[in-house]
Amino acid sequence: MPDSANMAPMQRRHGSSIGQPLTRQDGFLKVTGTARYAADNNPPGLLHAVLATSRVARGRVAALDVAAALAHPGVVEVMTPANRPPLAIDPDERTSPFAFKLDVLQNDRIRYAGQPIAVVIAETLEAATDGTRLLAPRYETEAPQVSLEDGEPFTPPVVGPGYPAEEQKGDAEAALAAAARHVEARYETPSQYHNAMEPHGIVASWDGDRLTLDTPTQGLAIAQMRAAELLGIPAEHIHIRSPFLGGGFGSKGLLAGPQMLGILAARLVGRPVKLVLQRPQMYGPVGHRAATRQTLRLGVDENGALQAIDHHVLTHSSRFDDFFEPAAGVSHTLYASPAIRTRHEAVRLDVGTPMFMRAPGEASGSIALESAIDEMAWACGMDPLAFRLKNYAEVEPISGKPFSSKALRDCYAQGAERFGWATRPLAPRQMRDEAGFLVGWGVGTATFPALMFQAQARAVLRQDGSGVVETGAHDMGQGAWTALAQIAADGLALPLERVEFHAGDSRLPDAGIAGGSGHTATAGMAIHGAGADVVAKLAALAMDDERSPLFGAHNAGVVARGGRLHRRDDESRSDSYEDILQRAGLAEIEGRGSSASDPAAQAAYAMHAHGAVFAEVKVDPELGQVRVTRMVGAFAAGTIINPRMVQSQYYGGMIWGLSFALLEGAAMDHRSGRVMNGDLAEYHVPVNADVPSVEAILVEERDPHVNALGIKGVGEIGITGSAGAIANAVWHATGRRVRRFPVSLDQLL
Amino acid sequence: MKPFEYLRPGSIAEALAAGAAPGAAYLAGGTNLLDLMKGGASLPDRLVDITRLPGLDRVEPAADGGLRIGALVRNATLAHDPGFARAYPAVAEALLSGASAQLRNAATVGGNLVQRTRCAYFYDPTSACNKRRPGSGCDARGGENRLHAVLGWSEHCIATHPSDFCVALAALGAVVEIAGPAGPREVLLEDFHRLPGDAPERETVLEPGELVTALRLPPDAAGFAAHARYIKLRERTSYAFAVVSAAAALRLEGGVIAEARLALGAVALKPWRAHGAERLLVGRTPGPEAFRQAAELALEGATPSGDNGFKIELARRIATRALLLAAAGTPERVPALPASPFSHPVGVPLHA
Repeated sequence: MPDSANMAPMQRRHGSSIGQPLTRQDGFLKVTGTARYAADNNPPGLLHAVLATSRVARGRVAALDVAAALAHPGVVEVMTPANRPPLAIDPDERTSPFAFKLDVLQNDRIRYAGQPIAVVIAETLEAATDGTRLLAPRYETEAPQVSLEDGEPFTPPVVGPGYPAEEQKGDAEAALAAAARHVEARYETPSQYHNAMEPHGIVASWDGDRLTLDTPTQGLAIAQMRAAELLGIPAEHIHIRSPFLGGGFGSKGLLAGPQMLGILAARLVGRPVKLVLQRPQMYGPVGHRAATRQTLRLGVDENGALQAIDHHVLTHSSRFDDFFEPAAGVSHTLYASPAIRTRHEAVRLDVGTPMFMRAPGEASGSIALESAIDEMAWACGMDPLAFRLKNYAEVEPISGKPFSSKALRDCYAQGAERFGWATRPLAPRQMRDEAGFLVGWGVGTATFPALMFQAQARAVLRQDGSGVVETGAHDMGQGAWTALAQIAADGLALPLERVEFHAGDSRLPDAGIAGGSGHTATAGMAIHGAGADVVAKLAALAMDDERSPLFGAHNAGVVARGGRLHRRDDESRSDSYEDILQRAGLAEIEGRGSSASDPAAQAAYAMHAHGAVFAEVKVDPELGQVRVTRMVGAFAAGTIINPRMVQSQYYGGMIWGLSFALLEGAAMDHRSGRVMNGDLAEYHVPVNADVPSVEAILVEERDPHVNALGIKGVGEIGITGSAGAIANAVWHATGRRVRRFPVSLDQLL
Repeated sequence: MKPFEYLRPGSIAEALAAGAAPGAAYLAGGTNLLDLMKGGASLPDRLVDITRLPGLDRVEPAADGGLRIGALVRNATLAHDPGFARAYPAVAEALLSGASAQLRNAATVGGNLVQRTRCAYFYDPTSACNKRRPGSGCDARGGENRLHAVLGWSEHCIATHPSDFCVALAALGAVVEIAGPAGPREVLLEDFHRLPGDAPERETVLEPGELVTALRLPPDAAGFAAHARYIKLRERTSYAFAVVSAAAALRLEGGVIAEARLALGAVALKPWRAHGAERLLVGRTPGPEAFRQAAELALEGATPSGDNGFKIELARRIATRALLLAAAGTPERVPALPASPFSHPVGVPLHA
């Protein structure tokens, strides 16, 4: 058992699984192909549904040849606005800030390309697919607006999940005017799509007014409630199973329109229905990261100390609903400056509503801010790392609050050491490798807020000394089955193999949403609390039982370890869980736990994870082709539950950062509003050959304020910093500052 | 997918009979055709599966002293054949730079020749495309055309041919063997694909029902083995079509170029053989100056068809680089990153 002074108290008391680099509990299922994803379910009598989607971006459906589709062998039904089963509420009603408008065949209007316009239901997938072609839709088309140049910019009421669109501290204009030096630059990021490997799919089975769903979701309880309000049935009549997600990245955070259409199709035909999106159908109704055009203005004094940060964002939402990429938020928290101003404006476009996408706001904002910081460092003649340290934020710049913990200096130091940053020449275009390629080194600072939501968990200790821990947590591939089981085992002070961990089912206690990098903290703290509740009840039983060696230990207290309770002041006196329960005549003992962020701590502290990413690129001086040859990231995110899983999260984030900087972007036809590269051959994400060497250093950090276990999130931070580090490395290699992302070779010629 | 008839003939004669019907398409590896059918860009009434035809999966010496490659030889099989890679290193490198390992395992040599353009407007059944629906127009013009043609395009079509393999084959003077209702015939690979002109729906010289049965590399093609390269620029390191590419092959005699071959990829609707540039190089001392002049000549007449003017200069540079690398000598083995500029020094010292 680890017994280091560094360990948080609760962990010292219980822990032997937390901190272990265990391999995935579900690894065997995954590599043998036996992990059952939503679309792997085939209940008896199953029919297949396929969406027909609009090929125009604005207008209405003038005609569908439903008869032709119905006449096709195997086609059972065609669902259109004319026969779609009724809903209890208008799907265009925003019943909560997180209930976005859904396109579920409520009328013939078309508001973006890729919008569902009908569902063909058939005995086979092939028949359903061909049925959609036979619908041969005719449209009344209006000219769409799909680029940031189109439309009138306005200031949205809020951005992201509800942040103010404009914030300021000090007088940024005055500070810029008075600055010894200033830099102004405009950066553009394209629309990006989540592209989870597993497409959204649903298998829906009705039994009277009870509904069973197999569908991937990052938020079981929210999806259950949303479906219930739309269908007008009690939430507890809906059972959702979501044991595995093949990636979510935010696009499975909320129930999407196509999933509702699967439910309605099953309702219409009275048989179970499976509906799985085709890959191109994932570029429309299930969200994306909106494009941004960001203008950064920075001012410094003679010593290179930032005096002003002005960060303006132009982004877009759909024409009919509100989600605004909160890209300027990073400027609130990263660098010290007496004056900060952030502003968001938006235009409305004929596209699907943008949505949370891995590091929403931070990813887009970070590449712009980190580029601008780099430009300013060069303008000051300073090493970019030295410039960042010079402007290190000792307190959160926008709020003035102290950080609950911030080991960013250690991240810079350890990352720089590992990377070999000290020998970097200041000026660009100074380094070549032995083959003559330009070599550049860049750095970026990573940041992501440490968020917590609300969750509940249940723990049971059985008379045989084994435990069961339950919460409706979500494994999107990040390793929840493993990391949360580790917390569960430690919560009950049992070896991992003595604890059954149940998750991924709406009948379990609500584990909150797996988003905002908050799932391990949120679900983990509920699990931890449930275990502690069991142990406390068990301790009370023992201490009140004169047959127990722990009888009367109340003041001294007991400590749970390895399936036994020990007297804290004399650990040789102990009692086993089995004996305690047996003597009490109890078959089992149940505990409950819940979690939420602590409002007092929230008010007192700024809570963020941090990191530093260093990147090396090589650039062909004549051909402009870029290759990332090395990335080193060093991240501090509080207590690490499972270093192996966390390292993988960092790797994944850093590779996503590479993707953001060099590869990703939707190619949208500005006349039709259609995404023209809507598949994985043409929408480029990195392949193995693009990722030669990635290292992630787990920097020690103890946070006494975020939660009792000291957990921050790790799922999104890896993108931030990484994308900027690569962009900065490209500049350092070539002397050319590319501000339109992704960096493409034509911009380097 | 639209229902279709599926036939699996046992002989070339049966295949030709089955393939003569209107709406018939030959199916081999299926790596392109099946995608097109799923997306609705191609709607054949009948698939004639030729994968069981005997005798088309062999690589064998040709009667004229060259090499004959059956149309059903898989891309991976050919690329990894050590004798083939030694004799025609640029062709092997081109093959290995295309698609992914899984696709190369399935795709056939003959299929590679008749693969369709990757123009997104061709794949999208609701876009105007003269190639897919003659007379409907070309939505690529004025659309997303960053990677479209800069040579040989017409107002009717600005698409490019996506093959890497064909670029190296064109440079080496490969010949296509064709079986058809009117009997067998053969054409030079560089004459096999058609430029769009006013009939972009006709992509090759194949007549309806004709079938590619083999490729032949002429006897002199192996004479370039010591100085032959294929270099490809792409937006990610693997599994991406070329932005521009070039196959270069040289025969050096006494430090002077006795014969040169140069073909460009992803610049036109066919592999672009640069005969003028080849002639210019004969008798010249290999070096950046001569190669740059050749590259200039190769791109003579190039004009942007849209937002792709950068490809013209890029194609000159990739041609120059390919020639430099060819002059420097074929590496012992195909580099781990086939055709990548990152596999070789930038300066490319001569006779490395």
